[in-house]
Amino acid sequence: MLISLFGAVESGVIYAIMALGVYLSFRVLDFPDLTVDGSFVTGAGLTAISIVNGVPPVLATVLGAMAGFIAGCITGVLHTKGKINALLSGILMMIALYSINLRIMGQPTVSMLNESTIFQQLEAIWSRLGIDAFFNGILTALGADRVPTTWVIVIVMIIVTLGIKFLTDYYLKTEVGLALRATGDNQKMIRSLSANTDSLIIVGIGISNGLVALSGALIAQHGGFANVNMGIGMIVIGLASVIVGEAIFGKRTIAIATIAVIGGAVVYRIVVTLALQVDFLESGDMKLITAILVIIALIAPKMIQARKEQKRRLRKRAELSAQVEEA
Amino acid sequence: MLNLNNVSITFNEGTPDQKNALQRINLDLQKGEFVTVIGSNGAGKSTLMNVISGNLSPDVGDVFIDDKKVTFLPEYKRSTMIGRVFQDPMAGTAPSMTIEENLAMAFSRNKKRRLKRGVTKKRKDFFQEYLTTLNLGLEDRLTAKVGLLSGGERQALSLLMATFTEPNILLLDEHTAALDPSRAELIIQITEDVVKKFGLTTLMVTHNMQQALDLGSRLIMMDKGQIILDINGDKKRELTIEDLLQEFKRIRGEQFESDRAVLG
Repeated sequence: MLISLFGAVESGVIYAIMALGVYLSFRVLDFPDLTVDGSFVTGAGLTAISIVNGVPPVLATVLGAMAGFIAGCITGVLHTKGKINALLSGILMMIALYSINLRIMGQPTVSMLNESTIFQQLEAIWSRLGIDAFFNGILTALGADRVPTTWVIVIVMIIVTLGIKFLTDYYLKTEVGLALRATGDNQKMIRSLSANTDSLIIVGIGISNGLVALSGALIAQHGGFANVNMGIGMIVIGLASVIVGEAIFGKRTIAIATIAVIGGAVVYRIVVTLALQVDFLESGDMKLITAILVIIALIAPKMIQARKEQKRRLRKRAELSAQVEEA
Repeated sequence: MLNLNNVSITFNEGTPDQKNALQRINLDLQKGEFVTVIGSNGAGKSTLMNVISGNLSPDVGDVFIDDKKVTFLPEYKRSTMIGRVFQDPMAGTAPSMTIEENLAMAFSRNKKRRLKRGVTKKRKDFFQEYLTTLNLGLEDRLTAKVGLLSGGERQALSLLMATFTEPNILLLDEHTAALDPSRAELIIQITEDVVKKFGLTTLMVTHNMQQALDLGSRLIMMDKGQIILDINGDKKRELTIEDLLQEFKRIRGEQFESDRAVLG
């Protein structure tokens, strides 16, 4: 149980990068971008095939992210220059990427089991530091009978993901970032303030998919393989992270919203892991669980708000009638 | 400062819905001139604004700003030179962003946008100082989301955002039409102040004839895509609504007669 929760946090932090990408397109640019399902695999596939062919893992990961950036830019061009509806341009790109990903990978699955990935390289350095023994010592002292094999992934990924979060926060507060946010908020207005909304959308969707592909590249190395179908439903997982995160942690400022998205991604993984512990649920039920989770996260805050509002009114009425009776 | 040279634009050409939105418009605005534009619905006022702002490009004719031909310059490039306030108070600001962020975006209008912080301490002070001139207490609400402001407050903010980079041309498109009379009065007051302060070349569309008479140094009346009346100086100062209505009737009548004559 502890081990599977640990694994959930580990992959949750990696998926959080994808969720940050979805946050950029879905929330900041108000662009429901379905390219994600394809670009996630592009990042995973290109990185995997590069590693298999001897490219250093760090470079392979960067390549994967860049491929995702380009894919996103193309979606942006389709939408802005080709005047194709946002949803449709994402769908078209997603379907096109399926074939492109197969071409990149050459086969439906690329295994990296015999290769050295970015995480294995980190582990090699890490194991000399003796930090694992320290953390596991604490766990054992707390009464855990099984301990995680390594802490390197979770710690390094928390640092990387938080780094990306802070970069995103900063970017969205720069002059360009403000214009990008305004593009999602009021395009007419920001165009009248001399911002080229077309290029902002293209770059914005590019960055978004770059992050998604980076996440895919890391997930592939984490799992030791890339599969052409691993991106199916990714956009919904991204949305689930964004929506669940915002529902739990709030979204008052950019900094809160981005940390909420990361939290949402981790919470999502934990929920899925816990759900899979239930006997009658199978791994095939994951998508259904995801959909239900998103629905709850969308409806629950509104219901809670409505309930609060109703209570407030009832209390006011009660107070008022009490006053009337006194008088 | 602003020249329109023989500008024509036709919508739905060759269909039964054909509309000559602008017909051979010639307009010359001197630097610092404040022109009010009146005319009934469909007279071509909005089309005129859109041709100047770059939202539409004319079929025929050219637009010059500061002697530079901008006829085919896209809207976003042209807007480094043009400040705009729209009729809809929601249109001129980004609701989910704060007052200071909105001002920062307007501040970048005539500069290249960089990867530097949009809202700096220095700018904040500058924004605060400017907001104080509105007397709406907005200077104490810099970090409030603009979506929380009232229509009048948002329009005042839009006006400030459109003007404080001192654009070559200020376009006001019925910017008080959606406000209640007292708020409209306030916005007009602010408009007069900023236009005077920066000596802005201004084109203001309005449906309110009194407003058109009270404000500005020159008045233009449009009808059926043409400028049918252009009055400035002392003559404008003495003009009354009665005069305008009579003038309108006289010219329209004449126009109608001549049309019929052509048809005959």
